[in-house]
Amino acid sequence: MRRETLINTILTLGLLAVPLVAWAMDETYAITLATEVVILALAGVGLNLALGLGGLVSLGHAMFFGIGGYAAGILASHAQSYDPIMEWPFLIEGTQSMPVIWLLAIVASALVALATGALSLRTSGVYFIMITLAFGQMFYYFTISWPAYGGEDGLSIYVRDRFPGLNTLDPIQFFGLCFVLLMVCLFIVARLSRSGFGLALNAARQNETRVRAVGIEPYRLRLMAFVISGAITGLAGALYADLNRFVSPVMFSWHTSGEIMVFVILGGVARLFGPVAGAALFIILEEALDGVSDYWHIYLGALLLIVVLFARGGLIGLLAGRNGGGGHD
Amino acid sequence: MAGVAMTETLLEIRGMSKSFGALKASDDVSLDLKQGEIHALIGPNGAGKSTLIAQIAGSLRPDSGEVWLEGHNVTHQDAVARAKAGLGRTFQISSLAMEDTVLQNAMLGALGARRRVPGLWRPVMRDSDLRATAMEALREVGLEEFAHFRTADLSHGQRRQLEVAVALTLRPHVFLMDEPMAGLGAEGSAILVEFLRNLKSHAPILLVEHDMDAVFQLADRISVLVYGRIIATGTPSEIRANAQVREAYLGEEDEE
Ligand SMILES: Nc1ncnc2c1ncn2[C@@H]1O[C@H](COP(=O)(O)OP(=O)(O)OP(=O)(O)O)[C@@H](O)[C@H]1O
Ligand SMILES: [Mg+2]
Repeated sequence: MRRETLINTILTLGLLAVPLVAWAMDETYAITLATEVVILALAGVGLNLALGLGGLVSLGHAMFFGIGGYAAGILASHAQSYDPIMEWPFLIEGTQSMPVIWLLAIVASALVALATGALSLRTSGVYFIMITLAFGQMFYYFTISWPAYGGEDGLSIYVRDRFPGLNTLDPIQFFGLCFVLLMVCLFIVARLSRSGFGLALNAARQNETRVRAVGIEPYRLRLMAFVISGAITGLAGALYADLNRFVSPVMFSWHTSGEIMVFVILGGVARLFGPVAGAALFIILEEALDGVSDYWHIYLGALLLIVVLFARGGLIGLLAGRNGGGGHD
Repeated sequence: MAGVAMTETLLEIRGMSKSFGALKASDDVSLDLKQGEIHALIGPNGAGKSTLIAQIAGSLRPDSGEVWLEGHNVTHQDAVARAKAGLGRTFQISSLAMEDTVLQNAMLGALGARRRVPGLWRPVMRDSDLRATAMEALREVGLEEFAHFRTADLSHGQRRQLEVAVALTLRPHVFLMDEPMAGLGAEGSAILVEFLRNLKSHAPILLVEHDMDAVFQLADRISVLVYGRIIATGTPSEIRANAQVREAYLGEEDEE
């Protein structure tokens, strides 16, 4: 077994074991924390496809996280008030069914990624960072000033959305659901990065001229990556809304984009399980240091600096050593 | 049939000009490449050879002039479209995915040669057709044993060989090669000379090269570029005998 595969397996088992033990010991809070790790990791898995494989430094992924969150929030709020979203030209009602909410979250964030990606991918480097940031902030200010869905105060989901056959209010069942989705998305991203698309996308990150010279257009690859990436982060947003039973414009803020990027960098850019390791480390640090100091973000900042300067592969890179990039063996 | 094909013009450049500020890098250049030939483009450093290759390949836009590939005007197509149309290019400064393995770089070429959007789902390294094409190309340039090396770990000369291998995987109709021998050493050059001599029957080669021994061994025709202008085109013996060329270019070499 490759060393990285071993580490990924240990991470997966650890992520499963913690909430199971907590469940046995009736420690609901720990289950909730583990669920948060899973959901934030999922948001990072989305970003990692664009950032790690595609080299697209997006500071706008909060946009997709927020769209997913609001898809859940808006559908649920209409279902709670029995007030249809629209009646004409056809009737659309709210829903509390998770599969429907997820589908909407995925489709909506994919479409927004297609539109914003089509524009922003015409630029590169710092301009790309700035334009994705700007798109994200547009959504942020829009939700703040949009009174229909709570504006600045956000929206509450009084009863957690439902999934057929499960009691989603039971923390361990909700955890299981999120965990399965994370595994499915990790599998999808692993397949994508080993495919011809992944090979070409990864090559385009390293040397765009080379990819053009073999007759492949990098722009299309990147747009595809950006759309899938946005869709995954959007799904994470919908789950996050259900975890907190609350959505607010903060989900759209650049601060959220930065945090998602922190998970990826801490855990290891372009490493399949990087975001999982990163999100786990982030939550552990938050829990451990929050009690010690109000300024735990300073320590986080210092850690981030160390990772960026000395451990480019993040936590996974530190443990597993260098990889060839893109997961092609 | 073969006789007819021998004289067919596959690539034609008409009146191409390109200036960088006051510098005329290409000055009304016209040249062509016929089926089955090696057409060498020689000239002193800074003459504009690479600039010309870039314009033919579509990565640099000319100020004026046209590029015709197999009877089609491709002047307004970009580098991607021209690669798909059958132009295979090697770069003077190796342009490869350095973190990837040698095999992955060759597979990328084979993937591009399919001329469709790369698949999203099937593991590409297990695609036996692509792998066979890539390994074949690596074998031909002598890089077979290095297939699983990281490209960044190759020597300078090996990277040059990989450039050629990637171009081979494209199965292009026309090769544009910018100094493929540079840094190869005597032995490596000799192998490549033999290889290119056979390759030209598959697709003609526009060859930019500083190694005059290789040029005079390989070329069916030679064009001499000086200050962006073609000052002479002819067979190797005509070029050797050309007084203007000797003065402008070859003369310097004789004195070394
Ligand atoms: N993008 C550019 N901007 C400005 N000047 C350029 C640019 N590219 C090339 N030049 C100049 O154009 C001239 C021709 O350069 P080019 O690289 O084509 O020469 P070359 O014949 O390939 O030389 P060498 O034998 O050294 O490879 C040089 O003087 C070079 O400095
Ligand atoms: Mg040159």
